[in-house]
This record gives sequence, C-alpha cells and structure tokens, in this order.
Amino acid sequence: MALLDVENLSIAFGGVKAVQNVSFSVEKGIVYSVIGPNGAGKTTLFNLITGVYTPSEGEIRLDGNSIAGAAPHELALRGMARTFQNLQVCMNMSALENVMVGAHLKLDRNLIKAMLRFPSLARRDDQLRDEARELMRFVGLEAYWNLGANSMPYGALKRLEIARALAAKPRILFLDEPAAGLNSKETAEIDELVQKVAESGITVVLVEHDMKMVMNISDRILVLDYGKKLAEGTAQEVRDNPDVIAAYLGSTV
Amino acid sequence: MNMLRRHKPLLILAAVLLCLPLVLPNNFYYDIAIRMAINAIIVLGLNLLIGFAGQISLGHAGFIGIGAYASAILPTHFNWHPLLAMVAGAVGASVVAAIVARPIFRLKGHYLAMATLGLGIIIAIVIKNEATYTGGPDGMPVPALGIGSFSINGEKQWYWVLAALLLFSFWASRNLIDSPFGRALRALHGSEVASQVMGVDVVRYKVAIFILSAFFASLMGSVTAHYIGFVTPNIADFFHSIELVTMVVVGGMASIYGSLIGAVLLTALPQALSTFEGWETVVFGSILIFCMIFMPRGLVPTLAERFGGRGEDA
Amino acid sequence: MSQFLQFLFSGITVGATYALAALGFTLIYNASNVINFAQGEFIMLGGMLVFFFLQAGLPMPVAIFLAIAIPAIVGMLIEKFTIEPAREADVVTLIIITIGVSLVIRGVIQVWLGKGTHSYPAFSGNDPILIGGATLLPQSLWVLGITALVVVALWYFFSRTLAGKAILATSCNPLAAQLVGVNTQWVLLVSFALSAALGAIGGVLLTPITLTSYDVGIMLGLKGFVAVVVGGLGSGLGAVVGGLLVGIIEAMAAGYISSAYKDAVPFILILVILFFLPRGIFGAKVTERV
Repeated sequence: MALLDVENLSIAFGGVKAVQNVSFSVEKGIVYSVIGPNGAGKTTLFNLITGVYTPSEGEIRLDGNSIAGAAPHELALRGMARTFQNLQVCMNMSALENVMVGAHLKLDRNLIKAMLRFPSLARRDDQLRDEARELMRFVGLEAYWNLGANSMPYGALKRLEIARALAAKPRILFLDEPAAGLNSKETAEIDELVQKVAESGITVVLVEHDMKMVMNISDRILVLDYGKKLAEGTAQEVRDNPDVIAAYLGSTV
Repeated sequence: MNMLRRHKPLLILAAVLLCLPLVLPNNFYYDIAIRMAINAIIVLGLNLLIGFAGQISLGHAGFIGIGAYASAILPTHFNWHPLLAMVAGAVGASVVAAIVARPIFRLKGHYLAMATLGLGIIIAIVIKNEATYTGGPDGMPVPALGIGSFSINGEKQWYWVLAALLLFSFWASRNLIDSPFGRALRALHGSEVASQVMGVDVVRYKVAIFILSAFFASLMGSVTAHYIGFVTPNIADFFHSIELVTMVVVGGMASIYGSLIGAVLLTALPQALSTFEGWETVVFGSILIFCMIFMPRGLVPTLAERFGGRGEDA
Repeated sequence: MSQFLQFLFSGITVGATYALAALGFTLIYNASNVINFAQGEFIMLGGMLVFFFLQAGLPMPVAIFLAIAIPAIVGMLIEKFTIEPAREADVVTLIIITIGVSLVIRGVIQVWLGKGTHSYPAFSGNDPILIGGATLLPQSLWVLGITALVVVALWYFFSRTLAGKAILATSCNPLAAQLVGVNTQWVLLVSFALSAALGAIGGVLLTPITLTSYDVGIMLGLKGFVAVVVGGLGSGLGAVVGGLLVGIIEAMAAGYISSAYKDAVPFILILVILFFLPRGIFGAKVTERV
C-alpha cells in the first residue's frame, strides 16, 4: 500500500479550477517531485493535501485512511510536515525557537505545568533545545542558532523551515520550492540536504523549478499543467514524454 | 550559572519590591505602588493575549468587573467566604470567556475587537442595571479580605500581598512564554498557517490564553475591590479596558518588562496630571497616538533595540 | 398596534443616525482598510458645535454649516496626522490610534464645553404628528428626510462622478488606481472629510430629540459600527440597512423587554451575528489564500 494516495482531487476558486482530477500515489521512502509551469497548481495541490485548503472533490488517503478535509494540525499528528514557498517563518521568535515549535506535538503542552515550570517539562525543554541545535547543524545553520529569525538572510530562512519541519519527526515531508530564489551554489546545497533527508527514511514530496535538481534526486515525477495531470513516471519517462516536452520541458532540456 | 541568568530579572524585581518600602514616604505612595502592582498583573495577562498571541481584547475590564462584583456581592448578600467568592468570580469570568471564546476567535482583526468590546459593554451594563445586588451606578461596599480573625488591613499589609502576587505573576509569565505552550502561542502570532502545519490547534490556544487572562483579570478585580473596600461600575467600563490596552502597547507588546513599565508609567500618569485638571483624557489619547505612530512596538522593545539588547529577551 | 408604530418611529429615527455613522465607517474602511473608532465623536461634535454656535448668537443655518464643516476639517487632520504616518501598521495598531483620536476629541470638548447635557430647539417645532395612534416628531421627519437625501447623494457621487469612481477604484486596488492617475492621498483625505461630515450631520439632526453631551460619541459610534457589521463590512447598502435594523431592534427591545438594557441590545445583537453570520447580511464571501 502506498503511503499517500490522491484520487481525483479538485478545487475551484470561484470559477477557476486550480486543481482538476489529479490522481497519484507516493510510495514510502521515495522522493516524489511535482513540477509544472507557474500557475500549474503545484502549491495549491500541497495546500490541499496538507489541509490548508479543503478540496471541492476527490479523496486523499494517508496509510489508507481518508484525510481529505482534515485540519492541518490533525494532519501534523499523523506525521505530515511541510515548508512554504513564500516563507512562513515566525519572525517574532528566535531561529532556535522556530525549530523548537516544530517539535510541538512531541511535547507536554499543559498550561499549568508550563506556568509553574514543572521540572519534567523544564528538563524536556532543555533537551529539546539541544536537539533543535543539532537539527540546525544538520541543515547548515549552526552559525545562526542564537539569532532572532528576523535577522537571518533569505537563504538561511529557507533552511530554517526545513529544520523546523524535521523537528516534527515527520513520516512524509512536503517541500514547496526549497531552492526558489537561491543562487546555484545554495541550490546545490539544498539539493544535497534534500537527499540527506530522504536517506534518513523520510518520504519527501517536492515542488521545485530547478530541473537539474528535480531530475537528479526524484524517484518519481508528477507533471502538472493548468491544474491537470500531464504525465507521471520516473525522471527518464517524464523526460521522454512528448506531451511534457511540448508543454514544458521543450525549451529547457 | 544558567540558573542565575534565568532568574536574574526575577531577583532584581524582588530586590526592588523589598527596598521600595524604604523610600515610600507615606500611605499615599504605598497606595500608588499597590495600584501599579494590580495593573501590572492584569497587564501581564493581557499582554500574553495581545502581545504574544496577537489577539486583541477591548473588553477586559468586563472580566475585572466580574471579579470585583463577585467579591462584593457574594459575601454581602449570600454570606460567602471572601476567598471562596474570589475563586467563584474568577471561575465565573473564565466560564463567560470560555462560552464566547470559540466563536469569537474564529474572527480576526476588526471583528475580534468588536466582539470583545461588545462583551465588555454588556457586562458593564448588567452591573449598572442590577441595582438590587450591585447598588447600581453608586456602587457598593466590599467586606475585608481575611481568614478567621486575621484580615488584610491598611496599605502596608496590602503592599506585601501585592508584591508577592506580582513576583509570582512575573515568574509564571516568563515560564509560560518559554514553554511549549508559550512557543505555540507566539508561533501562531508569527505565522498562523505555519503553526497549524506544525500541529498547533490555533483556536484552542487562543481560547486558552483568553480564558487565562480573563481568570487573572477577575482575580485582580477581586483584589482591587477588597483593597479599596468599595466598588463602582467604572471598574468594568470601556475606558478602563482602553487604559489596560494602552499599558500593554506603551510598555511594549510581547514584552514582560514592558508590561511592568507600561503599568507603572500609566498608573503614575493621572497623579502627575492632576495639576492639568480635566486634560487627562486628551493626554491619554495623545500618548496612545504618539506611541503607535512613533514606536509601535512599545517603550521597552524599542529602547532595548536602541541600546543593543535583544528584543525578544524581554 | 399604535405602541408598535411608536417604537418603530423612534427606532428608525435613531437608526437613521446609526446608518449615517455606519456609512462613515464604510467610506473610511473602503478607502483605507481602517476602522475609525473615532467615528462616534463626529456625531457628538455635530450636536455640541451647533449648541455652541447657537449660544454664541449665530443663526441656525450658519451654526449647522459650521457644525458640519468643522468636523470635516477635523477628519482631514486626523487622516493627515495620525493615519497617514502609520499607513503600514497592522490592524491592532490602527484601531488603537483611532481610539486615541477619539479620546483626544472627547477630552477637548469636555474641557472646552464642559460636562453638561445640552440640546437646542427642533428645526420646525415640536407639534407631534399623529399617525395610526402613534406620534411622530417633526424632527424625526427631518432626520429621515435628510438621511435619505444624503444616501441618494452618496449613491450619485459614487456611481456617476469621476471623483466618486476614483475613491471606489482606490478601495479596490490602491496601486492600480495610482497607476491610472488617481491621487490616492487625496482620496483618503476626502473619505475622512466625507465620513466625518456624515457623522456630524447625524449628530446635528438627532440632538434636538436625544440631547447631547461630551461623552455620547463612544456609544453612538459603537452602535454605528454594530450596524456596519450587521450589514457586512464594506457594503454601503448594508450600512444603511444595518443602521435602520439596529435602531429598530433597539427600540423594540427597549419598549417590549427592558428599557434599562436598551444599550446592551446592539451588542448582544452583534455577538449573535458574529457567531452565526460572521460576514454580516450583505458582506462578500472571501476565500483566504496562503
């Protein structure tokens, strides 16, 4: 059974059908990429799967259980994590705290214990601080661990989102254009990071424009165009698909 | 070492509170210090809601009114023990907050401001109108707070009670902010969608912090009522709510120290302005406007940044 | 029946003033996304200024003109000196700024004209008109007539004149409006002046019926805002209908249930509406995008 199953997923905003009848499944442990031109519906697809939008039609299953229409925080509980194309870092907190929020569901969230700072809670928090710092090192942000998120450069914030998502110890991680706006050196580093994440056993679903990176690291690729599925398969299959070449890759590959 | 660093602000506050009586010349100044402490505790709670969680309440005086009148009415008319009445008031305020909170916090911005404001006004109107119990616009006396034959009397005793309460609130607020609960609260302010995706049930957290701040506002309403020994509907009115919000924003949103400073400054202000008979409202309004335009983050965070400290450490 | 009519008359009279205040809120909100919590102070200014100028010996028409023109100027000053410098601020900050403005206006009037309650004679006498057993004050007709005129004039302004369309364009998309040559700063100034004038007109008309004092602004303004929310934020028609509805419901509740809780009625109404119809009756449905 696939980890994630998407069946005939659709959503319309007013009259615009941003995603139409899209179906695909993601096996456990792979890197699955979603590509397509701007406005093809990639981010909308992510928003649907992670519960930010409610689908107009269709079914989404995680481990065979229906999750369509569930709230984002319920999906987090089931092992989903994601990053955002347009940064959603909490600028009112430090970098380290942002990562710590990622572990939210793994912690004792009791209000009274927090106010009275129960020793168990304090110990766990100290431990978490170390883990979060370790995660920041993992994504290459050790230099920033003591800073406020609002004093970090753009490229670092993109990694911070990844570290925060990893802190949740997800089973499936959705990365929405992790390399957008980065230069080629930074892109290569992100490329490497995504592979490291995948090797650690987390299933990765990736939206990305950088074709080199996508072809490099994806086990399977879904091509969207105007909100519809254009093709799906391995990098080679997608590369050779005449529809894809015509619609999208024709000019770049 | 870490322990010492962590508790340094608390120790400083304790030292200030301990030494203050040495320089307070008479009961008039004790009285001001007590009022400052009361406001500071309410503002700490309100700042958790406004500054840290990013949700406005323009009706908090309503909760203070619930506490104050519970402490006045229940012992007077029903012979309840004052402590029990105080707890009942705080629980009552929390229940009111809990009932309205879920629908209210699905709203944002203007609507949230309006809904909380409406709630506060309704509470104030009820207090004014139920004269059989509340004494109506004239108010009513409040019995002394005590256990057995001992009761808290006079400014000096009250000072120590409030010093202890303030220290506790300060300590608990700092703990809360630096906890999984507090981080979730700040995260939903920073990015609601990101915090949801990380598993934060945002409405639940907004509701929880609203109830908590209502609970403390009500407790302090009871304390105020017992301390003054008399309560009038003014304690619950819109202007009082605005005063409290002003303390939060002038001192600094999302700043624990800011709450203290805001409460101290704006409690002292009317005393300082007593020479300007009648102009208090104008000065108060001007301060609000001026602060919001020129230092929207408030006094403490702005100064902390100017002098090199870290904003969120406050 | 005659009792019902009586309550209805007093409801729509007050409701018309709420409608004017609500239109003021809507104008400013549409032009700048600001909810001007000082809106009620313009109502108070209208009544108090007419009283002051009459006392100073000016004839009624001049007093009325000044009592509308001065708040309009005050409105522009508010925009220029408190809203414009904080253009980029968030909702909470802007709300607090306008609350500050409201305190300043109220405080100045309190110091200048005192805490007393004032009134002045109705425009055309106090001989009540009998309709179906209920009495209607001539001043009520003034309130309703002028309000209707104002609503028609506003409709004409926004749908038939270039200036009105420029304001609408700015509220729709300020940047695009700027690009096609609309002076958006001017639009903001006009919106504030206009909405202040609307509030003042309401105050001028209503005062002979309800009396006025330095502190009536907050409650009247808040009820105007309730009307806005009832009608749906941003909708002009909604503001008018909301205003009348709030006035009528308030009057009915005062008459049939409890006059002591008259002032609480709009706020109970608003909580109920926000719980069940968060976008009001005429508000647009918006999908939030991430």
